[in-house]
Amino acid sequence: MAILVDENTKILIQGITGSFGGRHAQLSLDYGTKLVAGVTPGKGGQKFAETVPIFDTVTDAVVETGATVSAIFVPPPFAGDAILEAVDAGVDLVVAITEGIPVMDMMKVRAAMKDSGARLIGPNCPGIVTPGTGENSHGGCRIGIAPGYIHKRGKVGVVSRSGTLTYEAVYQLTSLGLGQSTCVGIGGDPINGTSHLDVLKMFNDDPETEAIIMIGEIGGTAEEEAAAWAKENCDKPIAGFIAGATAPPGRRMGHAGAIVSGGKGTAEAKIAAMQQAGIEVAQNPSDMGQALVRAMG
Amino acid sequence: MNIHEYQAKELFEKFGVATPQGQVADNSEAAKEVASKLGSNIVVKAQVHAGGRGKGTFKNGFEGGVHLVNSAAEAAEVADKMLGQTLVTHQTGEEGKLVSKIMVANAVDIEKEYYLSILMDRESQSPVIVASTEGGVNIEEVAEATPEKIHKEVIHPLLGIQPYEIRNLASNLGLTGDAAKQFGKLVKGLFKLFMSCDCSMVEVNPLVTTPAGDVLALDAKFDFDDNALYRHPEIAELHDPTEEDPREVEAAKYDLNYIGLDGNIACLVNGAGLAMATMDIIKHSGGEPANFLDVGGGATQEQVRNAFRIILSDSKVKAILVNIFGGIMDCDVIAKGIVAACGEVDLNIPLVVRLEGNNVKAGKETLAGSDVNLISADTLADAAQKAVTAIA
Repeated sequence: MAILVDENTKILIQGITGSFGGRHAQLSLDYGTKLVAGVTPGKGGQKFAETVPIFDTVTDAVVETGATVSAIFVPPPFAGDAILEAVDAGVDLVVAITEGIPVMDMMKVRAAMKDSGARLIGPNCPGIVTPGTGENSHGGCRIGIAPGYIHKRGKVGVVSRSGTLTYEAVYQLTSLGLGQSTCVGIGGDPINGTSHLDVLKMFNDDPETEAIIMIGEIGGTAEEEAAAWAKENCDKPIAGFIAGATAPPGRRMGHAGAIVSGGKGTAEAKIAAMQQAGIEVAQNPSDMGQALVRAMG
Repeated sequence: MNIHEYQAKELFEKFGVATPQGQVADNSEAAKEVASKLGSNIVVKAQVHAGGRGKGTFKNGFEGGVHLVNSAAEAAEVADKMLGQTLVTHQTGEEGKLVSKIMVANAVDIEKEYYLSILMDRESQSPVIVASTEGGVNIEEVAEATPEKIHKEVIHPLLGIQPYEIRNLASNLGLTGDAAKQFGKLVKGLFKLFMSCDCSMVEVNPLVTTPAGDVLALDAKFDFDDNALYRHPEIAELHDPTEEDPREVEAAKYDLNYIGLDGNIACLVNGAGLAMATMDIIKHSGGEPANFLDVGGGATQEQVRNAFRIILSDSKVKAILVNIFGGIMDCDVIAKGIVAACGEVDLNIPLVVRLEGNNVKAGKETLAGSDVNLISADTLADAAQKAVTAIA
């Protein structure tokens, strides 16, 4: 089953004609993902890679192709508008890859889409991968910028705020022969659409997912909330890792949301909350795969 | 991004947030002129970002970055001792900060101090106004010891601040009558400033009432959302690079995310999460990270070259750890960048490289085929261990 998306999910890409969007659209096509449309205002009628139709509006793309998910590769000043356009066009899921969207814009977008029924993943995230069953996990659904080939179809759910740390975890899992049900990058911004907790709940309800890796970092209290919920409600083994134990307080560590402020959001507090919830916390990032093996007993 | 006190005051004035009368000056003549308009009871403050100014000492021996004076002549005298001098406080480090501007303002009589701030709250995904009757002290300690003295109003992101929310705030601070009215005007202005300037935080500490019945913002701290500076050129201009680590200023030129630390093992990593984790594992292995450095997901050879140059400009650095997980990024591009960088700089400290991911074979061959003297590692744990051992 996997969560959020599977190999039959039809996706569209907003910003498909940009160099970044185009590059990753091609990689998704190569992976076997059902990329059915692109959207770039003013370029409607053209085709991407000679096969994927481009539309002027998301509504046109949805009506013509039946796409249910939109990936946002639009530059930061226009990304808020692009997310709202996708929500208005009636997609179920918006995955915002764009890094550097003003927090004020995201705050307004989140308030505006509250009753829409659409889910937002990101922004500033690597996206989602539900691996396929082919060679190097080919044939799966790859939305965003993750390297498809490191995945393997299987039973571990992965949720993370960081891109490269997700790849690191996935790579370790695949090397250990442990495949993934779905890998979700929720992004490194202070205001995002989907939390660790939201994804944990989905993995808990997904029959295909048998174990979970949760990767967090300093800033905010989302990991603590997820851990508290898991302690009472999650019956699947969980391993975790928190980055940023050595980060100086008050500094933003690359991600806009990765900051310890006013004594809140420390790695120490997150690790303690996770351990208290029975989550097997990896001592270092090389140990994430093994930590899951330990958690699974 | 941080700004100076006088810049904060100018922003406050623009948005109708009441502050004590005063002005910035960059020479003693100007300081004298401002002071003569103010009369007596004047405060002269050195303009640096660091805290602890009052207890700081200038390198010329003059004590205190904040002085009370009673005449224009005295103000000029103090200005002369501060301007062009270097102020050392507990936050500046021993190198101190050069003072090129001073603020000359009315030293107001304080009846009572309060705390007021607006911040972007992650949990509610809304602006939150925080107010307390305990002003002029560390608010985190107040929240810890007496949480009941902290009042919060969550503001609707699309509706903005409502009159009843302002009444709630005033009532919780015990402000009535004209003081409540002045407070309302101040909060409204502060909220407008917060929203229209893309702030992530504005803190007024203390907010004061005076015996004369005024409500004034006495000191302020700002934090702006760097991602939104593109639409506020007037705020971006307030940026003072002399207040920052020169290595960070240099790194920003090449789109490198660099934060200087105090250790001796430098790291160069792709991705913010992995970069933090690399620092952590260096510490875990018994070493001390010299920096945070994220070269991003699409690093070029040019960026890698400049990253090496910046890392090596730090004389404390005794070893370098390169940790790359090439998801989409080609490991060979990084390898070529490393080789090019080492060809330019005279690398005489150990270099540990861990490459994994896309095109890793070609990358490793590039490194092996070059005359760069490096220590190769397989996993991150292995790399950290080797870096620590190399300088032991």
